[in-house]
Amino acid sequence: MAVLLIAEHNNKELRPFTLNAATAASQIDTEVHAVIIGQNSADAAKQLSELPVVKKVLSVEGSHYENFTAENFAPVIVKLAENYSHIICSANTFGKNLMPRIAAHLDTSQVSDIIKVISPDTFLRPIYAGNAFATIKSNDAKKCVTIRPTSFDPCESTGGSAPIEKVDPSEEFSNTKFIKREEIKSDRPELGTARIVVSGGRGMQSGDNFKLITEIADKLGAAIGASRAAVDAGYISNDHQVGQTGKVVVPDLYIAVGISGAIQHLAGMKESKVIVAINKDGEAPIFSVADYGLEADLFEALPQFMEELNKLNTIQK
Amino acid sequence: MKILVAVKRVIDYNVQIRVKEDRTGVVTDNVKMSTNPPDDNAIEEAVKIKEAGKATEVVAVTVGEEKAQETVRKALAVGADRGIHVKIDGILEPLAVSKILQKIVDKEKPDLVFMGKQAIDDDCNQTGQMLSALLNWPQATFASKIDVKDNKLEVTREIDEGLETIEINVPAIVTCDLRLNEPRYASLPNIMKAKKKPIEEIVASDLGVDVSPRLEQLKVEEPPKRKAGIKVANVAELVQKLKNEAKVI
Repeated sequence: MAVLLIAEHNNKELRPFTLNAATAASQIDTEVHAVIIGQNSADAAKQLSELPVVKKVLSVEGSHYENFTAENFAPVIVKLAENYSHIICSANTFGKNLMPRIAAHLDTSQVSDIIKVISPDTFLRPIYAGNAFATIKSNDAKKCVTIRPTSFDPCESTGGSAPIEKVDPSEEFSNTKFIKREEIKSDRPELGTARIVVSGGRGMQSGDNFKLITEIADKLGAAIGASRAAVDAGYISNDHQVGQTGKVVVPDLYIAVGISGAIQHLAGMKESKVIVAINKDGEAPIFSVADYGLEADLFEALPQFMEELNKLNTIQK
Repeated sequence: MKILVAVKRVIDYNVQIRVKEDRTGVVTDNVKMSTNPPDDNAIEEAVKIKEAGKATEVVAVTVGEEKAQETVRKALAVGADRGIHVKIDGILEPLAVSKILQKIVDKEKPDLVFMGKQAIDDDCNQTGQMLSALLNWPQATFASKIDVKDNKLEVTREIDEGLETIEINVPAIVTCDLRLNEPRYASLPNIMKAKKKPIEEIVASDLGVDVSPRLEQLKVEEPPKRKAGIKVANVAELVQKLKNEAKVI
């Protein structure tokens, strides 16, 4: 039986992690079908049909799907599930919110946040904030699996031409009403997919001081991250949080500034290729994962860092 | 309004996790255990709602071995009125926990069920959503703000893109984020008082729920270690290393 991938999108276009989830799905079975549920989402459905790994697109349209409410999405997918061996989506807030609702309806034990497909029924996943890796075999007939997007490469996005099939919408769930979404718009790269991330922690001491980080991020074409302490203190909004209960990032370069390195933060960044730590406390645990550690006062180091960057002839983007 | 709050006993968040040599799991013997951190936020929120006169009773429930009862006792010490301990040994999958909680909901008929958004041991992030599916109730996951309005809740949710606000009719499930509130500490007099509050003990097998595992944990391993890095003397050296050695900028 084929694998059903749940596409994440904003009604206009696919969200980038759909491509990573498609890769994971294709490692389970080559017959990948993708369902897209939304309102006026035809452009995103077309984009989905162009992914070469996707063999068929199922498109479900309805005004009650406009805001991706799990209570509305789950019944559609549960109905489609009879034809599939696996249901797959990303373990970001969209998938985390939705997949368990589907799994419970299917009486399936979900496998969350996998980082590797070992075989169609066996997966590797981090537990205890990434301090242990568990190999899990699912004995359920149908498997519900969410994947950690940064652990899978995005699939090719062009060249495919899968047929798009319409599927009837389910009834609206009337006890949940969407009110508003406050998205922070930024011209910077997305935190989850950025090549470079510059993150600030409690050591930044105020939201204003984050401009020291912003400057460097802009110079490097980097995304801005933060520790939970910095978000809790109100220095920066929650969508920047990196860690066990925030986002997991795997950039080529992660620069941690004024972050002590609690295990909960390390869980979100320690797979980064190159890690830099700038902290005035030489004993801070962040240095234990840093490739390059600079023991210094960040308020002196960051302006110098900017100066040094300005001296460079070229900066990779 | 009556609020049921589910709490879980986990390895304390400050403990350095060690994998067992036989690779069957992580070391839990002689390790400090605590309430799962966001479950503390769930209790705190329920107690605050009661203190604001918008709830009549807060019931704390846990599912697990003998010692799991400590988490219920702690919830009673910070303001829950009574407790329920569903006794069962061994590792339970979130699906099994949500089926047990469904039975408790049938019995207690709460208007709201709160719990943490994720347990910091298995990091599954499933139980609340599964319970709401089984009950066919609305779900507000990753809540960082809750406004109680008659028979509705307005909940602000933390999502990857920022914040989302939804309105849900009760009965409903809310899973709580760490930013929802600042959990209070139990005072000594309240810890003493909590000892007198009732905890009902229920044997899981009496609930007639299939809790058999569907997943096999084949092995648990240590993650690959990062090789030790170096300390640089100054910013100029750092930038030079990033440019010429690591070649990332």
